[in-house]
Amino acid sequence: MSMNVEQVLSQFQTTAVETCFHDRHMGPQILAGLNGKNWSLQDYVARGGYQALRKILGQDGSAPNPETGVAGMTQDQVIATVKESGLRGRGGAGFPTGLKWSFMPRQFPGQKYLVCNSDEGEPGTCKDREILQHNPHIVIEGMAIAAYAMGISVGYNYIHGEIFQTYERFEAALEEARAAGFLGDNIMGSKFSFQLHAAHGFGAYICGEETALLESLEGKKGQPRFKPPFPASFGLYGKPTTINNTETFAAVPWIINNGGQAYLECGKPNNGGTKIFSVSGDVERPGNYEIPMGTPFSKLLELAGGVRKGRKLKAVIPGGSSSPVLPADVIMECTMDYDSIAKAGSMLGSGAVIVMDDSRCMVKSLQRLSYFYMHESCGQCTPCREGTGWLWRMVDRIERGEGRESDLALLDNVAENIMGRTICALGDAAAMPVRGMIKHFRHEFEHHITHKTCMVPAYV
Amino acid sequence: MSSVNTHHSAPLSAQALERFAREVAKYPDDQKQSAVMACLSIAQQEQGYVSAESERVIAEFLGMAPMAVHEVTTFYNMYNQHPVGKFKINVCTNLPCQLRNGQGALMHLVKTLGIEVGETTADGVFTVQPGECMGACADAPVMLVNDRTMCSYMSNDKIDQMVAGLRSVKE
Repeated sequence: MSMNVEQVLSQFQTTAVETCFHDRHMGPQILAGLNGKNWSLQDYVARGGYQALRKILGQDGSAPNPETGVAGMTQDQVIATVKESGLRGRGGAGFPTGLKWSFMPRQFPGQKYLVCNSDEGEPGTCKDREILQHNPHIVIEGMAIAAYAMGISVGYNYIHGEIFQTYERFEAALEEARAAGFLGDNIMGSKFSFQLHAAHGFGAYICGEETALLESLEGKKGQPRFKPPFPASFGLYGKPTTINNTETFAAVPWIINNGGQAYLECGKPNNGGTKIFSVSGDVERPGNYEIPMGTPFSKLLELAGGVRKGRKLKAVIPGGSSSPVLPADVIMECTMDYDSIAKAGSMLGSGAVIVMDDSRCMVKSLQRLSYFYMHESCGQCTPCREGTGWLWRMVDRIERGEGRESDLALLDNVAENIMGRTICALGDAAAMPVRGMIKHFRHEFEHHITHKTCMVPAYV
Repeated sequence: MSSVNTHHSAPLSAQALERFAREVAKYPDDQKQSAVMACLSIAQQEQGYVSAESERVIAEFLGMAPMAVHEVTTFYNMYNQHPVGKFKINVCTNLPCQLRNGQGALMHLVKTLGIEVGETTADGVFTVQPGECMGACADAPVMLVNDRTMCSYMSNDKIDQMVAGLRSVKE
């Protein structure tokens, strides 16, 4: 046998059957009808794709708008529809998308930019990769609609460097969209022109922070900028820029086709639509699950096959590694939406649900996360650069049975001195898991310090 | 001596420069620097790492100071600042992967190859490095081969199969 490298490695490529093409989504809008082979433009159009773009441009054969006298939707109508939908940013912050779009100066005389943040590196999050890989045109269409609404003619999609195959897939989809006239000059014969390109990162968690991403896109180190000024006034190349997450753009075509109210009704008030949750860790079926906002956590856990090997649920990190951990009894009472998770003392974040069973040591889990934040701190702000090192060294020595009585108070003190004292949110993201773990599992840390050994020795 | 250490002075190919030009075309005329990330990865794909000579060529191509290019090389984790093995394998060990044996997969891989984490095998075929989140948490354990190919559900059996398969690849 003499296989080439590609053939050897192809044996280990995921088919995404387990994580994406299963029948355990609930009312999916973004992941509906995908099978891994139907990513191309022809398939997307057969699923009703690019109808929303046709609709706003008045190219869908509908009668002229009685208010404006022309077919299609005005910029204000598109933004009003997105506001009405209750769509909130899917990258982690949960900021209302329609409101963000309305911040863009509409009459700005110079170039403006639209940027898609596909730098998906928040531990636990693996949804944008599957959207871009298996349904790239939904992101292209969503971006084209956003560009129209804000009067933007150039956009970039910045894709996580580690998913290079997905970057190549997106580039292929861009070529298809250009050839079919859905991107480029005078789209579908209208006055609207939009050029869209793909860029990639190369291994820097910080570039998921929107201003670090802009720096990276400008060809520099990915170090976040002071805000204000916000990107809507000073963004890419110093020009007004709107940045949204991949899943946010992917939600837009459905909203335009079905109306803002219909989207809102898919979820619950203030938490419109469906959301893709990436479930990882100790479950039988790790994967992505697109479900209505406000679905009980217990239902999501059930979709993911329950806790692995029939073990007992211990804790869940509900929104990516930066969100504070919640113990089993708390998360089991939550519904999966921004407001419920916030009320419980954590964040919905990017929708990355990291599940831990009763064999897991919380000290060891935090040790790994603290290492990550130390490694990925960009080094710009002293509290984060030095503080993340302090956090890791202390958690590490507690895990190794070398912790001191004073360490828990010191950990809290260091976390307190990072939070709110850095340019970007990475400092907070490093501090919050520490505080969450100690708040809910203090006895495990104390046991490590007092007995020099773990309460949960079965960590597998 | 392994072959990876012998080609550091080879110039970038004409094909690489054509790919640079395609990347530059994505950006405004006065913002060529935006293509630096892509150009460095193209150079690395061709030569296995980013040499000082490649940085100089890219700096000239994009109208940047060589030090500004070097800053980018050193800031981002995936650029190899030195030659690596023919196959660089990054194993994610972040928490979601760790919960599904990511650390165990890393240990099995280095034990199989008879090296420590971060090292290159004596024959110059494999380099193994720990990695941070690759955004494929539901596929854990995951490994990234030569920056471009993600391998999923890497059980010990699959790791053995991958190592044997890559060893048997013909030039």
